[in-house]
Amino acid sequence: MLSYVPVLILFIFALLLGGAFVFLSYFLGRPKKTTTKLNPYECGVEQATLPRIPVNIKFFAVALMFLLFDVEVALLYPWAAYFKSMVSEGLGTFVLIEGLIFIGILFVALVYIFRTGILHWENGK
Amino acid sequence: MIQQLSLLFPMLPMWLVQAIWCGVVAVLLLTFFSLFAGPVSWLERRIAGRIMSRIGPNRVGPQGIIQWLADGVKNFLKEDLIPRDADKILFRFAPYPVFLGVTLTLVTLPFSSLLIGADLNVGLLYIVGAWGLVVIGLIAAGWSSNNKWTLLGGMRSAAQMISYEIPLVLSLLVVVLMSGSLSLQTIISSQGASPVEWFIFSNPFAFIAFVIFMISAVAEGNRTPFDLPEAESELVAGYNTEYSGMRFLFFFFAEWGNLYVIGALAASLFLGGWQIPAGWRNFASAQGPILPHVFEVLMFQLKTWIWVLLIIQLRWTLPRLRVDQLMKVSWKYLTPFAFVSIVGTGLWMVVFPEGWLFMKYLLLFSMLAVIGYFVWRAIWQLRFTKSKADFKLIV
Repeated sequence: MLSYVPVLILFIFALLLGGAFVFLSYFLGRPKKTTTKLNPYECGVEQATLPRIPVNIKFFAVALMFLLFDVEVALLYPWAAYFKSMVSEGLGTFVLIEGLIFIGILFVALVYIFRTGILHWENGK
Repeated sequence: MIQQLSLLFPMLPMWLVQAIWCGVVAVLLLTFFSLFAGPVSWLERRIAGRIMSRIGPNRVGPQGIIQWLADGVKNFLKEDLIPRDADKILFRFAPYPVFLGVTLTLVTLPFSSLLIGADLNVGLLYIVGAWGLVVIGLIAAGWSSNNKWTLLGGMRSAAQMISYEIPLVLSLLVVVLMSGSLSLQTIISSQGASPVEWFIFSNPFAFIAFVIFMISAVAEGNRTPFDLPEAESELVAGYNTEYSGMRFLFFFFAEWGNLYVIGALAASLFLGGWQIPAGWRNFASAQGPILPHVFEVLMFQLKTWIWVLLIIQLRWTLPRLRVDQLMKVSWKYLTPFAFVSIVGTGLWMVVFPEGWLFMKYLLLFSMLAVIGYFVWRAIWQLRFTKSKADFKLIV
């Protein structure tokens, strides 16, 4: 646990540095607020429509794909970390086949994603 | 390191020594980070200038080298505006995850065998996790500004960064397979000083993994050819359109800091990190206890800077991808190839437990041939432009 102390302290220091910069900049560059200045930027014209526009559903699909794959890849890390020692113990083929089964399932999922057409961004659907 | 320090100060309790030591490390890392990100912003603009046959910033100080300080001061003095319709809390919060995501990775980067913030036993996983914070900041910035440009930029950045995280994490898995550890120091010490002992040349699949790692790391760092989130010519400035002053600077601070993290990761995971040849180590150890570490730091910096300069050159050479191409590259090419490289590396380790020296030399020489061709082509290009140009190149 003690080896994580530097991480915590760096986290606090980085937050403080960021906070101090913003704090200083607030006093040095005190904003003079005017109505036009606070308008949302839209290439120099009045904002035509509200910016909360619906976004393509494909962004959501990509996020779901990421979630699935990231979790499963995280499960591969322990396997990878023990792989070398298992090979030196002569269990290489066994561990490799185990890993292959898992990666095979992931690969099937990837092929399924290709077939559903989520990745066809160019047709605009 | 901490034990030695507590022996030096026996009157202080152990936890206090450790806290002070960690504080010193944190300050040093943050100073290093700022001192890297600033001058590199100048360096990048100078290189961009030369590539585009213009001069670049050369007014502030000799060759414009303190331009970055002037820019920093200017950003301090800028008005710190928050748009009227913005989600004020989220708008203020957004720069911090971006800044923290990059600075927190610095703590596990091994500058030498001794110089490391914290050698975590889950080092690689920690780096990936800390890096993942960046995407939260970008999407928060994009959504909270309440502006169409920023919304599109934020959405694009989220889609891009999470898509490229998969091949990145998978290509790191190859390194874990070969070293059997997640700690960066162990990964480096299981490589050697000579190029044939590096992980990149250990088998052809590791070489593929390295290429995948570099492509997806450049994408994670939002650099051209993957700079769609901030595509200046389409989206004004993407997710940071509404930002000004110091908050604006944070995003760019993180971008240039990212450069270093990418270079350092490539150097330490695939290129042997701080390993120096035994001859040098013996020579340096004879001179005193500090010199070997100086050599190690210099070696690490050399390897890192090669990639930093290469990525800068990439940015000003390649055009930007389209969104659909971006998704295609990540999911249809990089991810399957990353799977192939994992399986291939595993197979290689089972078939050749001691490694195959011929293949290592073959890979090394093919890499050298590519570098040689690049250098030859660059020299030819320089000569060609000089003979054609009717203007004098201004340094």
